[in-house]
Amino acid sequence: MNLHEFQAKEILGRYGVPVPQGKVAESVAAAERAARGLPGNRFAVKAQVHAGGRGRAGGIKLVDSAAEVGRTAEELLGLALVTKQTGPEGRRVDRVYVEETVEAERVLYLAVLVERRLGKVALLGAEQGGEDIEERAAANPSIIKSLAVDLDGGAKTSAFQAFAKSLKLAGKLEKKAVDLFEALIKAFVEVDASLIEINPLAVTKSGDLIALDVKMVLDDNAMFRHPDLKGLHDKDELDPVEMKAQANEINYVRMDGNIGVVVNGAGLALATHDMLTDAGGKPANFMDIRTTATSLDIAGGFDLLLDNPNVEVVLVNVHGGGLQRCDTIAEGIGISLKRNRRSLPIVLRFAGNNADYGRTLLRNYGIAFIDAADMGDAIEKAVGNVKKEAA
Amino acid sequence: MAILVGPDTRVLVQGITGRTGSYHTERAMAYGTNVVAGVRPGKGGIRHLDVPVFDTVAEAMTETGADASLVFVPPANAAAAMIEAIEAEVGVVVCVTERVPVLDAVRVRAALEGAKTKLVGPNSQGVLTPGGCKLGVMTTVHGRPGSIGIVSRSATLTSEIVAQTSAAGLGQSTTVGIGGDPVHGIGFVDCLKMFIEDTETQGIILIGEIGGAEEEMVADYLKSAKASKPVVALIAGRHAPPERRMGHAGTLTMFGRAGADDKIKALRGAGVHIAPNTQSIAETMQQALAS
Repeated sequence: MNLHEFQAKEILGRYGVPVPQGKVAESVAAAERAARGLPGNRFAVKAQVHAGGRGRAGGIKLVDSAAEVGRTAEELLGLALVTKQTGPEGRRVDRVYVEETVEAERVLYLAVLVERRLGKVALLGAEQGGEDIEERAAANPSIIKSLAVDLDGGAKTSAFQAFAKSLKLAGKLEKKAVDLFEALIKAFVEVDASLIEINPLAVTKSGDLIALDVKMVLDDNAMFRHPDLKGLHDKDELDPVEMKAQANEINYVRMDGNIGVVVNGAGLALATHDMLTDAGGKPANFMDIRTTATSLDIAGGFDLLLDNPNVEVVLVNVHGGGLQRCDTIAEGIGISLKRNRRSLPIVLRFAGNNADYGRTLLRNYGIAFIDAADMGDAIEKAVGNVKKEAA
Repeated sequence: MAILVGPDTRVLVQGITGRTGSYHTERAMAYGTNVVAGVRPGKGGIRHLDVPVFDTVAEAMTETGADASLVFVPPANAAAAMIEAIEAEVGVVVCVTERVPVLDAVRVRAALEGAKTKLVGPNSQGVLTPGGCKLGVMTTVHGRPGSIGIVSRSATLTSEIVAQTSAAGLGQSTTVGIGGDPVHGIGFVDCLKMFIEDTETQGIILIGEIGGAEEEMVADYLKSAKASKPVVALIAGRHAPPERRMGHAGTLTMFGRAGADDKIKALRGAGVHIAPNTQSIAETMQQALAS
C-alpha cells in the first residue's frame, strides 16, 4: 500500500524524524489558508499522487506568497499529472501539500527496505540525493552505501556511526544522523513498512537534518495487525479495473493489445506473455488467477476481460495445480460467458489437475472453444485468430 | 536418492486440523507420503486423518520420529510455526502459507541462522520427489520418477516443465518451489548445490523470473564452482511491462539488477543453457545432456 507524502511525513514525524511544517489541502482556499499558517514567505506546493518523478513533471512548485500558493493549487488540483512512473494517462491530483521551504546546504538519499539477498532490513544511503538517484546508481552502484540491521536490536550505534561517516555526515551531524537512522528503523518495523525512502534528505545551514520528501510503502500482508493504518489507503489512486480484479483474488494489469489473456500463477503468466509477444501477439492484459480465487471470483475477472472492447480473442492457458484446478476456472469462465453473451473466439489450453473435467464442464455450458494441445499450439492459434479478424 | 525428501521421510503437518491442512494432508497421504503426526496447539491428544495430533512440534518429533514438516498455518501465525519447527530442529520444513508479512519472513530468516533446518518457502508449492514423497500442495498428475532436478519460484510454471520433462522421458529426481515471496528459506543456489551432489540427478532446470536476485546469485556461484552436470534456465518476464509489479511480491527493478536480459546474460556467462521459451525447455535439456 502506497502512502502519500503527507501521510508518510505525519507518521515519520511521530517517530521524531524531522520534517518541514506543512498541511494538506483539497481546495484553493484551503491551500491559501494552509500557507498563511506556515512560517516564512516561501512555500512548496506539492501534488499528492502515488508516483515518483513529480518534481521533473511539474508537480512540485516553489512560490513566494500565500496568494501564489492559491493560484498554484488551482493549476494543480484536477490536473492529470504525467510523470515517468504514471504512464501517458497520468494521475489526477486531488490534494496538494503546502509546506514551508527549507534551505539546504546539501542533499542526501536515504532509504530503509528489505534486502532480499540477505533477508534482512537494510539502510541504504547516498552522499548525493535527488531525483536522478536511480540513473546514477544504475551507472555506478558503488554510490549506494548499505548497512544491514538486525530486527532484535542490540549494540549497533557504532555501525550507525560508521554508516553516517560513509555518507559524510560528521561531527554534530553524525549524532543527528544516528538518531534519524534509529527513528526510521523503529518506524519501519512498527508500521510494517516495506519501503521508506527519504529523497532528498537535506542538511540545513543551521546543521540540521530534515526529510524534504518521503515515500512510504506499507506491507499489504501485514495490514491485519494495523487496523488504524488501513484508513490511509487512497482508493481513488487505484485503477478501478485492477481494484475489482484484486477484490476477486486476481492480479490484473491493463495493457494495450487485443488478446485477452487468462492464466493461473504469475510465473506461468509471465512465460505466456513472453511466448505470445515473441509470436507477434499483443496481450490486452496480464492476468494471474490466485490459488484462492473461487469460480465466482474468476467469473468476475473474466467479465473484466470481456468488458474490454479491444479484446478480439481470448487465450486461456491454465495449468491446474493442487490449489487451483482447471474445473474451477472452467466454471468461472462459463458463468461469465453466460451472463455477458459476448461471443469471442476462445483458445483454450488446459493441463494438470482436472484438465479433462474442465473441458467437459465448458462443453456442458454450451461454450465453443478452440482446443489447444500445448502452450505453443495455444499461442499460435490465438495469434492466428486475431489476424483473421483484422483481415 | 533425490534431494530433501524421499520415501523414508517422516512428515508432520502443522495446522493439520484446518480445512486446507486437512485437504492437502489427505492428498499427500493418498500420493504415498508418510505422514506420521499433526500439530495443532490446544488439540494435542486427538487423532485426525488417522494420525496422532500434538500440541507442539517437539512433542510430535519425540513421539513419532518425524523429520520433516509441512506448514499450513494462516499468515498471522505462520512465522511462529516456522520458528517453532526450526527451534525443534526439524530437518526439512515446507511452508505453503501465502501472504506472510515480509518482516515476519525476516524474523524467520534470523531464526535460520546457524540452524539445522532447511526451510522451503513460505508461499511455496513445496517439494516433490515423484513416486517417493510429496511435501506440498502441487499437482502430481504429470510427475514421473527420473533424472532432472527442477527448482523454481512459480508453482504452475513448474507443473508445466514437469509435464514436459515427463513427456520427453526424462522425469524428475525432485522438484522444489522456493516460494514467490521476497524473503524466503533456501534459494536457487542451495538447491543447485544439492542437485549437483545428488547421484540421481543428471541435469538441473532453473525456472527464474524477473525481480529478485536468485538468478544472479546462481551465476555468481557457478563462476566459482563449475557444475558437473548441465544446467538449463528459463527466465520468465522478458516482455513484462516495465516498472510494474506482476503478481509476485517484489518484482520491482532495483538499480538495474532484476531485468530478464541482465539475468539471462549473467547465467549464460556462467555456462548455463538458456531455453528460449517455456515450450522448449525439455528439448534444451536433451541437447545439453547429449553434448
